[in-house]
Amino acid sequence: MRHSILVSDIGELPTSIQAPVSGQGTFDPWRTRAGALGLFLTLGTLGLGVLAPWLAPADAAAISGPALSPPSLAHPMGTDAIGRDLLSGVLLGGRTSLAVATAVVSLALVIGLSIGLLSGFFGGFTDHVLMRVTELFQVLPRFFFAVVAVAVLGPGLDRIVLVLALTSWPVLARVVRAETKSLRHRDFVRAAEACGATPARIIVSELLPNVLPGALVMASLLAGQILLIEASLGFIGLADPSVVSWGTLAGQAQELLRVAWWMPLFPGLAISGASLGFNLFGDALSSHLGGR
Amino acid sequence: MRGLREFVALRRRRTLRTVSARYLAARLLQIVPSCAAVVVVAFLLIQLAPGDPVLALAGEHGDPAYYAFMRQRFGLDQPLPRQLATYCIRVASLDFGVSYVQGRPAAEMIAERVPATLVLTTTALLLSLLVAIPLGILAGRRPHGAADFAVSALTVAFQSTPSFLLAHLAILGLALGLGLFPVQGMTTAGSPGSGLKHFVDIAYHLILPALVLASQEVAVLARLTRTGLVSELDSDHVRTARAKGLVERVVLWRHAMPQVLLSLVTVIGARAGHLLAGAAVVEIVFGWPGLGRLMLTGLQTRDTPVLLGVFFVISLAVIFANLLTDLLYAALDPRVRYR
Repeated sequence: MRHSILVSDIGELPTSIQAPVSGQGTFDPWRTRAGALGLFLTLGTLGLGVLAPWLAPADAAAISGPALSPPSLAHPMGTDAIGRDLLSGVLLGGRTSLAVATAVVSLALVIGLSIGLLSGFFGGFTDHVLMRVTELFQVLPRFFFAVVAVAVLGPGLDRIVLVLALTSWPVLARVVRAETKSLRHRDFVRAAEACGATPARIIVSELLPNVLPGALVMASLLAGQILLIEASLGFIGLADPSVVSWGTLAGQAQELLRVAWWMPLFPGLAISGASLGFNLFGDALSSHLGGR
Repeated sequence: MRGLREFVALRRRRTLRTVSARYLAARLLQIVPSCAAVVVVAFLLIQLAPGDPVLALAGEHGDPAYYAFMRQRFGLDQPLPRQLATYCIRVASLDFGVSYVQGRPAAEMIAERVPATLVLTTTALLLSLLVAIPLGILAGRRPHGAADFAVSALTVAFQSTPSFLLAHLAILGLALGLGLFPVQGMTTAGSPGSGLKHFVDIAYHLILPALVLASQEVAVLARLTRTGLVSELDSDHVRTARAKGLVERVVLWRHAMPQVLLSLVTVIGARAGHLLAGAAVVEIVFGWPGLGRLMLTGLQTRDTPVLLGVFFVISLAVIFANLLTDLLYAALDPRVRYR
């Protein structure tokens, strides 16, 4: 099993990706144990998230059994303080958490790709300005920023998504910029320039496809992180109480820890599984692309 | 370990030559926009907050003249840029306002909590280094071996586990189950022991929260050590060292590890925010009286000055951690030449 640095922690891919164009073989995560597990978990989580409304045995917000009953046949994951079915909560809550992660990652990808491509392609003054801006966003402590934002603006998924996206794109932008810079003077870019292609055309049709795989590595690892952060925010009571998510479930479990061990355990395991999937998948993709 | 000491001594001698005064000045100057960005973000958040502060203070259905007076008194009639400037100056002088709940300066309340958080985070960081470096070496010396697989599995699992779950499991298993550790707090209630006894008491309460907080750092740092070592052991200079017939211990510590440790320095600095966020969650679960705990109280009592104060202090810590890392890196790595 080839293993790579968790690029998310350093902010750049371990080694420059070597021409992730064609001729490197197709990416097949099933080949390695870790990659296969990652893909399985990721697809499994996403699948369960999509199918949750049909799979959930009960309405996650409705009382469907005795309060605080331990896992049983009727309630495989037990029930919470007022008798809501925890399995339904985990299934439907996962949907919310995954939606948050997807929204954050998409937003961060759009901003990070744009800034990174522009910065890397034009270089010079543009690069300087954009990178200074990126640094400014990078120093904002993500978790605490989210806490303050929700505390001041009131709970809601929209602001959580916005704050997490605003603090997540810099890492992506830096990876994309580094990649773009290394590709900028390759022959295929020069050839396009010689043919009279406009900068916009070069960026979109020559550079974007080549930096995308690296950005996807980051996106996958980011998704894993966002799931953990959303859960942590919910845990300290900042999730939107009107929507069930893994975060709200974790928050409810906090007070009942000693009474109901199943309440922190099952949502926690779901979060771990999903996050593990994204992490392993990102790593598999990263080592395929030639990270160390 | 002797190799490590020599390495440090060697680098220390080069310090003064590599970090130029110009670089130092330029890097110090970079702090200003970073700090400004943090304050502006906080200011914008307050502006975006729903509700009119004057209505909240003076009540609804009040006298318009009184509203105007209040607006003037709190400077709310000033144009926004001027309000922002005033706010920046206040924050820069560490005046975070007065706590709504306690009526004391928020800065004072925060200052009281900083030591507890510092103790927790530094202990966790040291613990994680002590565990992560040997684990990383164990895994990296024989890549794709059994030890490597075990370490990889362990670290990726820790990395994907939310810290509150880990904290809960630790409490359920080690504190409530086996009764090895106290469940909550920083000291035993009702025993204001002194001197050594007090110290031991705190250390005893510190073990579990520090372990939980360290586990996530261990995951990252061990992986980093492992990956760095694998690529170093594969490099030409290590091959040369081995070809010279050097002992494996010397090859490892004098030739391979220095570069790996250097990358650890950068990552530890870059992860200051993660560490503090993790500490906040751990403090909440274990009732550790640090900044995270203060933040939770501030949240529950809607004490905005305290919350914003915590945000400022944490941001400042992150900015300074980054600064320190850059300077340390410049000092340790002779290849870094700054303009």
